Amino acid sequence: MNQRQEPEFISWLPFYTLLQKEIRRFLRVASQTLVTPVITASLYLFIFGATLGDRISVLEGFSYAQFVIPGLILMGVINNSFANVASSLFMSRYLGNIVDLLVTPVTPSQFIMAYTLAAMLRGLTVGLVVWLISCLFATLPWAHPFAALGMACLASFLFAQFGIIAAIHADNFDALSMYTNFIILPLIYLGGVFYPISILPPLWAKLSHLNPLFYLIDGFRYALLGVGDLPFIVSFAVVSAMALILFLWAATLIARSHRLRT
Amino acid sequence: MSIPALAIKDLSKEYDGTLAVNDISFTIEPGEIFGLLGPNGAGKSTAINMIGGVSRIGSGSIEIFGFDNQKDSRTTRRMVGVMHQEIVIDNFFTIDQALRFHAGYYGVRDDAAWRQRLIDRLGLQPHLHKVMIKLSGGMKRRFMIAKALIHKPQLLILDEPTAGVDVELRHTLWDFVHEINQQGTTILLTTHYLEEAEQMCDRIAIMNHGKLIALESTATLLKELGTRSILVHLQTPINELPEDLCCQSAELDDAGTTLQLTLSASQPTGDLLRRLCDAGLPIADIETRKAGLEEIFLQMTKAGKAEP
Repeated sequence: MNQRQEPEFISWLPFYTLLQKEIRRFLRVASQTLVTPVITASLYLFIFGATLGDRISVLEGFSYAQFVIPGLILMGVINNSFANVASSLFMSRYLGNIVDLLVTPVTPSQFIMAYTLAAMLRGLTVGLVVWLISCLFATLPWAHPFAALGMACLASFLFAQFGIIAAIHADNFDALSMYTNFIILPLIYLGGVFYPISILPPLWAKLSHLNPLFYLIDGFRYALLGVGDLPFIVSFAVVSAMALILFLWAATLIARSHRLRT
Repeated sequence: MSIPALAIKDLSKEYDGTLAVNDISFTIEPGEIFGLLGPNGAGKSTAINMIGGVSRIGSGSIEIFGFDNQKDSRTTRRMVGVMHQEIVIDNFFTIDQALRFHAGYYGVRDDAAWRQRLIDRLGLQPHLHKVMIKLSGGMKRRFMIAKALIHKPQLLILDEPTAGVDVELRHTLWDFVHEINQQGTTILLTTHYLEEAEQMCDRIAIMNHGKLIALESTATLLKELGTRSILVHLQTPINELPEDLCCQSAELDDAGTTLQLTLSASQPTGDLLRRLCDAGLPIADIETRKAGLEEIFLQMTKAGKAEP
């Protein structure tokens, strides 16, 4: 018999600890994970808010800065939610310390929830700071604040799932960066961050409807400005469906320990 | 009869068409220190990875204190602490932070007294607040033992814990392993230092090419398979070996003054001495030495090399 008293098992503690570890991981390198994306977004705000913005008008009744700010906030949310999971999980696989989790009683659902919530926290924090800085350049009407919060949460959730999927499928750093450079970045830039889809020629406007990011950005802009290319309910439904699909995909990968356990 | 700490039955695992673990079965009793030995690539780490939950089981079953490690994985993982062969650390955190996290991963509240005891016993205190990347290799190994023990496991798996560490640290680690074992923790260890396995382990299993080729108590293994070397120093040189010495091997050195004889474990030394006297050899001195686990290990695994 073991002479040491067997410690009490607290079933939620593995989740809480992993969440805490993931949050402390990105706070430890806050200059990379929080400050850098905020500086990047601030540069965009400066260019479009204080310089070029006065010469561009794409949406009647709103300055260009007001038009572009929702997209820039969402860009921060998306990029950072994705990057947080993708880099942390991929590095754990790459360096081998993922085995530290595989031998513990952390369940697949706890694993997904912890990585997702930490990613959402980082993404939403960056989004919040970008919004605060944007107040120096333009004020937003916040037409539907709860809808805006809902879309931002959905965006960070969705891209956290995508980050899990990318981290599990990527074999090396190049493959991981391809997800950012060849999927996320083009989808964001072509999804209506800097222009309304309605000003595009009909063919390009139709093609833009195939871009899932268009629904996300348009819905978020509608929530903040009260104006969008699509009814909010359509954007919300499409984004929710995408989030569900990616969640089920990520959950299946984690539940089966795909490429995690040999 | 007590429930075994570990019961492995018909366990196999295939990688790319090669059986890394080939139908092995054994049990470890609670409180034992059990050695799993074998040359590189024998399948030891694959077996350990399946026990710990890092690898999926190919076929067969693993029970830990009566719980199936597939069906009751959440229970069995709490019972097991694993120190992996490779250095596995998270460079973002300090020893102190990482130990607290590891207790939490296992669903155990931080026990400050136990954590401090591990820190003190493994000499981690001066390095407690250094990030992992700044630790020496030996210190990382010490940390990995503390990490494997932080949730007070009933079965501790040590996969080559002393590989590449200096002699002093090796002895510190083994003393600590003995201490932990005396407090009731069952130990499964692999090591390349066979002398230590001989001193530490109650029972030893030897694996080669994925198969279990020996499973005995250490004493039995040494008694049944061990040989003895006998050096006979002569007062005057001889030119050739006497016939009919009835030993496994006999060699005469170039000077003709020293005979090196090898006896099997079952052969009495007295019989050999009588034959030497009968041969009229001018014996000046006799030295005897028991062959250890290392010789037995080499003998068994070399024999296995002929297998496909």
